[in-house]
Amino acid sequence: MRRRLHRYLRPVRRPFYLSISLGLANGILTIGWAYLLTQVIDRVFLQSADLAEVTPWLGGMVVLAVLRFGCTWGGEVAANRVATQIKADLQQQTLEHVIRLGPRYTVGERSGELVNTLTEGIEALDGYFHNVLPQLFLMMLVPLAILIVVFPLDILSAVVLLVTAPLLPMFMILIGRWAGAVSKSQFETMSYLGAHFLDVMQGLTTLKLFNRSLAQTKTIFRLSDDFRVATMRVLRVAFISSLALELLTTLSVAIIAVEIGLRLLYDRVSFEQAFFVLVLAPEFYQPIRNFGASFHASTNGLSAAQRLFDILDTPLTTPSATAILPTPQAGIELRLVDVTYTYPERSQSALNRVTLHIPPRQTTAIVGSSGAGKSTLVALLLRFLEPSSGVIAVNGLPLATLDASAWRQQVAWVSQQPYLFNATLRDNLRLAKPSATLDELQWAAEQADLLGVIAQLPQGWDTLIGERGAHLSGGQAQRVAIARAYLKDASLLIWDEATAHLDHETESRLLDSLDRLRQKRTTIMITHHRQTVERADAVIHLEAGHVVEHL
Amino acid sequence: MSNTFRHLVGLILPLWRWVLASITFGVLTIGSSIALMGVSAWLIARAALHPSVAVLGIAIVGVRAFGIGRGVFRYMERLTSHEVTFRLLRDLRVWFYQAIEPLAPARLSEHRSGDLLTRVLGDIQTLENFYIRAIAPPLVAVVIGLGMAVFLWILHPLLVPIALMAFALMGLGVPWLAWRLSRRAGEAVVAARADLNTTLLDVIQGLPDVLVFGQEAMYLEQVQTQRQTYQRAQTQLAIHNGLQMAANSLIASLTVVALLVVGIPRIDPILLAPLALAVTASFEAFLPLAAAFQQMGATIAAGQRLLSLLVERPLEVPPSTAPFPTTPSIEFERVTFAYTPSGRAVLKDFSLQIEAGEAVMVVGPSGIGKTTLVSLLLGFWEPQGGIIRIGGEPITHYEGEDLRRMIGVVSQQTHIFNATIRENLRLARPSADDTMLQVAAQHAQLHEFIMSLPNGYDTWVGEYGYKLSGGERQRLAIARVLLKDAPILILDEPTAHLDPANTQAVLAGIQQAMQGRTTLVITHDMAGYPMARVVELPT
Repeated sequence: MRRRLHRYLRPVRRPFYLSISLGLANGILTIGWAYLLTQVIDRVFLQSADLAEVTPWLGGMVVLAVLRFGCTWGGEVAANRVATQIKADLQQQTLEHVIRLGPRYTVGERSGELVNTLTEGIEALDGYFHNVLPQLFLMMLVPLAILIVVFPLDILSAVVLLVTAPLLPMFMILIGRWAGAVSKSQFETMSYLGAHFLDVMQGLTTLKLFNRSLAQTKTIFRLSDDFRVATMRVLRVAFISSLALELLTTLSVAIIAVEIGLRLLYDRVSFEQAFFVLVLAPEFYQPIRNFGASFHASTNGLSAAQRLFDILDTPLTTPSATAILPTPQAGIELRLVDVTYTYPERSQSALNRVTLHIPPRQTTAIVGSSGAGKSTLVALLLRFLEPSSGVIAVNGLPLATLDASAWRQQVAWVSQQPYLFNATLRDNLRLAKPSATLDELQWAAEQADLLGVIAQLPQGWDTLIGERGAHLSGGQAQRVAIARAYLKDASLLIWDEATAHLDHETESRLLDSLDRLRQKRTTIMITHHRQTVERADAVIHLEAGHVVEHL
Repeated sequence: MSNTFRHLVGLILPLWRWVLASITFGVLTIGSSIALMGVSAWLIARAALHPSVAVLGIAIVGVRAFGIGRGVFRYMERLTSHEVTFRLLRDLRVWFYQAIEPLAPARLSEHRSGDLLTRVLGDIQTLENFYIRAIAPPLVAVVIGLGMAVFLWILHPLLVPIALMAFALMGLGVPWLAWRLSRRAGEAVVAARADLNTTLLDVIQGLPDVLVFGQEAMYLEQVQTQRQTYQRAQTQLAIHNGLQMAANSLIASLTVVALLVVGIPRIDPILLAPLALAVTASFEAFLPLAAAFQQMGATIAAGQRLLSLLVERPLEVPPSTAPFPTTPSIEFERVTFAYTPSGRAVLKDFSLQIEAGEAVMVVGPSGIGKTTLVSLLLGFWEPQGGIIRIGGEPITHYEGEDLRRMIGVVSQQTHIFNATIRENLRLARPSADDTMLQVAAQHAQLHEFIMSLPNGYDTWVGEYGYKLSGGERQRLAIARVLLKDAPILILDEPTAHLDPANTQAVLAGIQQAMQGRTTLVITHDMAGYPMARVVELPT
């Protein structure tokens, strides 16, 4: 997993190495700084030098300080460059894959999670590449550099450092595992208690209707307090790993101070050596502590990466085909022969050996109760799904051999829940025909009975709609979808329960509009409304994946 | 802003014992490392003069104690500060709930509910970290700063201004500079990210439409452009952040040099080493301040948003004590209503009389205020003109609780709580025994379905349990209304999102519920309620 993630470093290896080099340089400068500090104090303290005599050394310290300033700054900028580029690459790659996987993968409950993975999940990688990974390298390099300096100065101190250094990660891993097990056992309680408040807030109106809302105050207090108790129980364990880290590092510094002080007392080392080692000792542990502090970012980042890789590893189902349908002069004619589709996770087929004929330039209604296979049929026609077996033929050509996006250009689809993009109304219509002129837009809007809606919007055509903009009602959204269909001017029209949620008056107005739209087009109407069926030339009755009636 | 701050501090004050403990441990943690480095340096300097071991005895004990103390104090500090956080979270939720409950749902409906909820929860989460990130670090820094000033004063008074200046620079100057520099970059990052995320949301949630219109390449390109903007903003911010980190390290180093320059001619040379190392260790207290100030800004903004929701006065009517009506008749008399004072009137001089026990169906095109009738009848909103009566008495004469006790509602969207089916049903009547629950479920055509679930009435449902389908939710809502046994029944498009089979089942349950109750139905589906009188709501 890590290795796969680290492959994304390849395009940014230069800034990555730069950030590590600058970090290492920073560590070496710190050693130099400690050396100069030792020299200054040693000369003044034991050799009775005055300020003037140590001024060059102090000047050297200022120079090193400035150099460290540069290294810190540059290292941060370089590390950021690595992180942002990798996030960008992974996001683009994942998004492209998701688009190729198609709506079968994105619709339903998964969509929220997908959006979350592509936004928050990607951001969680920032900490990993920005902090954790460079610090992982520095945690090995900088202590090594300090060790090389300390060894000739004082072997005993070097041994203390050398022995404690590997203990730290070991302890942290052991304690981390134990803490992980404890928190896992608490996880369900915690997530239930944590979610309760959200649940109450969402159901506030319901609670109020039953006069139960005031009683909830006590429950909120109680459950939030239980949440605190449960969380603290986990934290008491989780914080032990940082306790161990702190304890080992500061205690080692203390041990070195005492041990070296005593030997200084008996003249085994010089003050110069002793003080130099003392100044370096905390610096030895600093990179390890930095790594420990950002370690949780590593777990977050890796679990986000896992989710991204899970998406990337989902195999594509749509085979790539390249044939282009010749411009249908006489309209589109569809034939399904023994078409079966079974959803991967289900045993029962959604469509079972369906054979049907949809004649060109006529309107065919497909009726049936929910779960009869209507939506599956539409998904197959739009090539969001591919049949498990059987053949769909368009004007005699197998649909599977056609290039999917070229085929979709022939199809206009007015769905039950058309998606309104977070853009202006104009752009939402232009989606169907990017080159559309204002006249064409006006015409399409008029056909779809949308002009009245536009007149009411604060900025007319330029009003932002969608989640972040003005709210359109279901009927208004439906009219946008119909206007799109007019603009697209495709040979096949699929009317997919588009008026299911609307009142009669709006529905009949939209159906009148549909009547104009479906002239000279092959039209498929998915519906369970009698009013709609009456307008069709033929009716196909679908039930439990079978054609039960073909009128 | 200061008002918001005072409000937030007011929430923390009751927790002062925990706050005091956590600040104390915070000071002891950093104090330990200052003392560890200072005493260690003194130990070595003193040892260099070859005294007897006894002279070093206390220092040796001190070094070991501080070495252990640091870790232990840190652990205690983290525990106590998290206690504050989670106690604060608990109190915040209760405080917010108590404030928002009287406002629901009318005063909240201007905000789209999903949006409002995510914002509220996000804001509460920000506030939850208020103490640990914004309050504790400055307090610890102040105590450490004062302590260091005293220590340096004893060495030589001239050292004090240098150290204080460095602390002020690190704790206030650099954060201020960083804030000035990166305010714009920070805003640019947030804005660029929001744009990018919106497009991603569009592509994924609107993927069927994107594909059918063949716009995938266009969207990929748009994502790429927006991300480049985002990356540029991030780089700008990183330049500022890096500068801030680098500036802190520069200030720390230069301060040590300056203290040496001042100290070398003036203090006992044996104290130079402790001076240098203790001061270096003390900077740890000032490094988190920049983040603390940023957090403070975010916290104040979150607090302001929450408070702004709460300044709305609830629509509580003066305490009134009309008795529970004997005849559940409903009357709208020349009712006029608009959601905002200047807005379009949703209802204008609307009158409607429903006799006790009668069923009336209100029909009309979407969006002309049918659902508004329900909100008005429940007293969630108040009409600008006209009177609404139940049992001949204006509804403003009833207590809010009494009013809601008279009315059972089945609406388009029924909230199912994360709880068992039994608990979800008992919400409507906490005293109901199992037999009553079963009878209600049977009448609502729900009992057989419940028995088919693995744990029957004890099956966990809702977001974290079994997810009910639309039809099942509606039948549960009907069972609730039957349990509530209110004399008035309101059906607000209860079958709107259901297919014919489910609609039939739900309607069967509804027929049961309508028996002997005054019923107001709002619907498109006129066929479902053959016995109801039809009223057209004019446009």
